[in-house]
Amino acid sequence: MTHPFRDVAIVGVHNTPQARRLPGHDASSIALEAALGALTDAGLAVEDVDGVVGQAAADAVLELGLGPCTRRPNALGIPSILDAAALVTTGQCRVVLALAGGAGLLNDTSAAPWTTPPNELVAGFGLFTAAEFALMARRHMVTFGTTEHQLASAAAIVRNNGDQNPEAIYYGRGPFTAADILSSPLVAEPFHLLDCATTSEGGCALVLAHSDIARRNSRSAWIVGCGSDSFGPAYTVAPVWDLTGRTGTRSAGWVGARAAQASFAMAGLHPGDVDVAEFYDPFSFEIIRQLEAYGFCEPGEGGSMVESGAVGPGGSLPVTTDGGTMSFSHPGVAAQQFQRVVRGVQQLRGECTSRQVGDAEVALCSNGGSGALFADVLLLGKEHP
Amino acid sequence: MSATDAENLEASPAGLLSPQPLGIRLPRPSARSEPFWQGCRERRLVLPICGDCGFRALRAFAVCPHCNGKSLGWEESAGRGSLYSWTVVWRPPHPSFVVPYAPAIVALEEGWWFLSAVVGHPSDELREGLALQVEFHPASDEVLLPYFRPVP
Repeated sequence: MTHPFRDVAIVGVHNTPQARRLPGHDASSIALEAALGALTDAGLAVEDVDGVVGQAAADAVLELGLGPCTRRPNALGIPSILDAAALVTTGQCRVVLALAGGAGLLNDTSAAPWTTPPNELVAGFGLFTAAEFALMARRHMVTFGTTEHQLASAAAIVRNNGDQNPEAIYYGRGPFTAADILSSPLVAEPFHLLDCATTSEGGCALVLAHSDIARRNSRSAWIVGCGSDSFGPAYTVAPVWDLTGRTGTRSAGWVGARAAQASFAMAGLHPGDVDVAEFYDPFSFEIIRQLEAYGFCEPGEGGSMVESGAVGPGGSLPVTTDGGTMSFSHPGVAAQQFQRVVRGVQQLRGECTSRQVGDAEVALCSNGGSGALFADVLLLGKEHP
Repeated sequence: MSATDAENLEASPAGLLSPQPLGIRLPRPSARSEPFWQGCRERRLVLPICGDCGFRALRAFAVCPHCNGKSLGWEESAGRGSLYSWTVVWRPPHPSFVVPYAPAIVALEEGWWFLSAVVGHPSDELREGLALQVEFHPASDEVLLPYFRPVP
């Protein structure tokens, strides 16, 4: 059987400079800067683009003068990249731009706006993303005996990756030990400040193109597997680990397990084939949870796998090698989700300036997390499927 | 200080988790959830249940997530349950929240999971299975919030 994504590849990627603040930029301007960078990286021109995906797709069509042009404005992150891929594989487009950016949203006195849901059932109890994810993490700790030290060890690994990455906002700010993480101020137990993502500004874009174009470029990365799981809208109801849908098969705490299984099945691969895991890292616990949910270890063993060093540099499965949302950047609601995929592409190309995994041929990239009740998985391969 | 603020502070002596004072960002009740908010004003915990299959839902529904039934009903919970999961917040999303506070998921005896916050207990002595009982505290003149206190 032919692979469903054999006719499309990711041919261009770009992150703009990332910073806590990017004065003079707004979300649109920084996303467009990323888009132009990704096209340059792909060796393509603006004129080649006939499709745009991402939150501000319609704006980008106007700003880049692309009309008439296909656009899919609604999805975020990996689902958006899959929209782009589908536009190519169904023959609707040849070259699709996926872009996102965050800037001009933050001030010094409040939490980032996307972290504080207004929903009636959670707002009165002071919920925000850290607390939502903490309610999932605590249940895992109760069930499996996962420890704060294990959480902190995961944070230290990701932050130390950022410490080594010249493009990360917190470049040179480490190294960190688990004890350093544990001595940072508490935010929402069990999470300390350094267990949590940062908030920042920056842009990110990818270019997907038909395999006729992609095959001419040895730096192309291929989509070999994908999957998406959701248990409902994020941050509007209690984040219950044991919540199940009507089939009752997997519970919300394991969100992404089905997505990973589908990804591996599509790719004809197994967890052991993954060379690098560019996990989404909104909170340290999510590293542990994803190791278990995606099949890299048994339920309850994620914490000890982290402490073993297996997910650090030189380990069997290095994770979140750019420093992730904790240390690399977290610009808003969309760009940082693309950034996991961008890093996966850079790993397969062998172009990472830090923490390059030797001979990486398969990268797993993810978005979302248990506290948000969704997870998306994308498997990238160096070889044309 | 208003009478209701005094009542909230009195509810929990120093060192114990307490209800939030007036002035937090208020929930905006939806039409669909009005029976829940009306119940709170009457200091009763009234929660969504399917009139066809008895499914106890996380929120009010148009179609039952379990049986497709369209008979959303409301049932009063006895307000007793056990602590299923919790967090202790030290850095709130908005400065109107007094820390520490402890958002929690309570497994109610009737089978609902309910998101609330624990009061009247030391923040460092929360544990899974802690027996809890609902109580209500005002967040404004119109809105009462259901909190949970350990059963003595």
